[in-house]
Amino acid sequence: MIAFNKYYNHFNLLSSILIVVSLLLLIFKGLNFGIDFKGGTLIELRASDSKINVSSLRDRFNQMDLGDVSVKKFGNDTDFLVKFENKDNKKNIIEEIKINLDKSFGNNYDLRRVENVGPKVSAELLKSGVIAISLSLALMLIYIWIRFEWQFSLGAILALFHDVIVTLGVFSLFSLEINLSIIAAVLTIVGYSMNDTVVIFDRVRENLRKYSDIKIFELTNISINETLSRTIITSATTLLALLAIYFFGGEILKGFSLAMILGVVFGTYSSIYIANTVLVRLRVSQKTVLREDEKK
Amino acid sequence: MLYFSKLRILFITLFSVLFILIASSNLFKFDDDFFDKKINLGLDLQGGSYLLLEIDNEPVIEQKLQNLTTTIRNYFKEKNIKINNIKIDNQNIFFNVTNNDKQSVLDVFQDENSDLNPYYPRFKSHQLEIEDTGLNLKVNFSRQGLIKLKTSSQDQAIEIVRRRVDEVGTNEPNILKRGNNRILVELPGLDDPMRIKSLLGKTANLTFRFVTNDENDRFGVEKLKFENGLEEATVSKRIIISGENLLDAQPKMDTQANQTIVSFTLDRVGAKRFGKATSTGIGKQLAIVLDGKIISAPVVRDTIASGSGQISGGFTFQTATDLALLLRSGALPAPLEIIEERTVGPDLGQDSINAGMIALAIGFMLVIIFIFVKYKIFGLITNVTLIVNLFILLGVLTLFEATLTLPGIAGIILTVGMAVDANVLIFERIKEELKDETNNILAFDGGYTKSRTAILDANITTLLAAIILFFMGSGPVKGFAVTLGVGIFTTLFSVYFIARLFTSIYVSRNKNKEKLI
Repeated sequence: MIAFNKYYNHFNLLSSILIVVSLLLLIFKGLNFGIDFKGGTLIELRASDSKINVSSLRDRFNQMDLGDVSVKKFGNDTDFLVKFENKDNKKNIIEEIKINLDKSFGNNYDLRRVENVGPKVSAELLKSGVIAISLSLALMLIYIWIRFEWQFSLGAILALFHDVIVTLGVFSLFSLEINLSIIAAVLTIVGYSMNDTVVIFDRVRENLRKYSDIKIFELTNISINETLSRTIITSATTLLALLAIYFFGGEILKGFSLAMILGVVFGTYSSIYIANTVLVRLRVSQKTVLREDEKK
Repeated sequence: MLYFSKLRILFITLFSVLFILIASSNLFKFDDDFFDKKINLGLDLQGGSYLLLEIDNEPVIEQKLQNLTTTIRNYFKEKNIKINNIKIDNQNIFFNVTNNDKQSVLDVFQDENSDLNPYYPRFKSHQLEIEDTGLNLKVNFSRQGLIKLKTSSQDQAIEIVRRRVDEVGTNEPNILKRGNNRILVELPGLDDPMRIKSLLGKTANLTFRFVTNDENDRFGVEKLKFENGLEEATVSKRIIISGENLLDAQPKMDTQANQTIVSFTLDRVGAKRFGKATSTGIGKQLAIVLDGKIISAPVVRDTIASGSGQISGGFTFQTATDLALLLRSGALPAPLEIIEERTVGPDLGQDSINAGMIALAIGFMLVIIFIFVKYKIFGLITNVTLIVNLFILLGVLTLFEATLTLPGIAGIILTVGMAVDANVLIFERIKEELKDETNNILAFDGGYTKSRTAILDANITTLLAAIILFFMGSGPVKGFAVTLGVGIFTTLFSVYFIARLFTSIYVSRNKNKEKLI
């Protein structure tokens, strides 16, 4: 049996630091919102001429007076991602760009993807993204409230907030782009983290009923150990699937799978070191469970 | 938990085979519509264009209010009620009444049978609201009146949009209403939406009006620019004929002048009015105005009574074709603005499919190998279940003709990774049971029973997330919610029926074997 409980305090401290740092990052550095949430234009371009590179593209686009233009390589050497604000929301912007690019590069390029999100739509998408995440947290809260005693609910929700905040913190730290698919990833993380916590909690509650003489400090450790191989195997297979998406699923899914990978790692960690320590700190005992059982 | 009746075995087998067949039907073509079901590929996979259009209703409201002032003025004139100083300001109509007439004016607006102010019994609301601010009354559209107005202009606009898109002839366009002032246009397979965008960007409001020098024209005048933006002309506001009078419009080559023109045919009313106007207006310039710009202003040389004519204006064949198309499909009730556009080229779509499939294959292999190494014979059972699960998932998606997107493929891969969770929970529980239970069958039974709540809890939480995503997400992300959500159900089915069936067969044959798992 591994003595997870020996490190409860250490990891609680670590998590607190992680959350504070993440919150500071989110407040002061903020998130790197993509055009889905900020509005603007995105162009994925494939070049068939080595003359076309980041600097020549940047020169070309900067001459077009489009505001802040960002040009990056996208995956390999011939693919580029160009993003700009399109502040004045010009109508025939793509046409204009094509004419301009034709002048410099002839036919040696291909626009593979064009996305243009107006300011109204991006504001709505951001709003509905925030609503979706809040709603999912609220639903999870309600579900766990129905299924478990309040101490358990608190533990699970704290773990959930931890996972979401720290994942977003990492995205802020490395300025990774937040787009629609990241919202999907965050929602899935919420589901996964909850799932992982609930499995351990189920066992804690079962053990609480079974043993009246074991303190919660020990009992959580027993439960974690009993469910440990399941925790490891499920995280492992989920991570294997996600790594396959990350490395082979193409550039578009990179951010999405990275968010999920982080979420699974944090989710697994928080089920052990946040959810359970809340039970310990709230001094959950057999009585807590039996009292609830009587009510039912 | 380990007992299966013959009937149930039959049912499980049939069900699995059925879905495997449905899933494989994607590979074949059937003549019969009923059998020919396929998973739809999202625009991000097959390439295509997604356009979200917003109707700018301001001009419509402005126009309606303009008409209303005339109606109100005439209505009260007939009733011998004096109203004056009627004007429009900031989407409100203001007018003055005398103290004596005030009540009767208010009554007219609040009468449920009034033909001036229609009443919608279903919403318990009038079209117009009147506000009593002393002797100056304020009339504007009620909330319900505005909604009616918006939906009706949306209905008209979607019809015109459909006609224009159909005329261009893209395959299977998808044109849907969004809210009460938006229209979604999905154009699969179209990698350059430039032409459609420019066609949808035009209101195509066509009028024929005389150019005049008389500033005091009875109908009012306005200064309009020519299409080339250089010249200007003063044009009467009196409309001779408008786009509504057109029966047909076609691009043509005028061999004499060696230029491309658009020839048009008028309906009976239009032909009559055009004939009359051209007979009285010989020598005058007739301006052909499209969306507030003069295309051309030819001089009338002859009476045109045939009801057909032509528009010239330095067109190329392409612009003439587009103008004819716009005129045929009719004018939009209000200008449209493209507020969101997402276009994916077909080869990027194909690349995404390839990458998605490779990721799926690799992810699947990794999971299968891992599980086999970990659980041996039970790993094999899990893996067979996993494969059947994948087929059932694809089968369900096919049956409902769901749309598969790139995040949707990610959802399938993720389902593969998470689907083993239920089996792992069961097997781990059985291992624990076997520690103090020597009877294999009882231990397996216990394992299944005792793990059930955890499995249910775990799947419900994921399902909740998927449901929210389905309702809040859009486009590609919705596809992810669909595969993730459907995956949960197929996983539960395959774990509790297929895997359990295999397990029960294996366990009952090895009842007395030690260290079974």
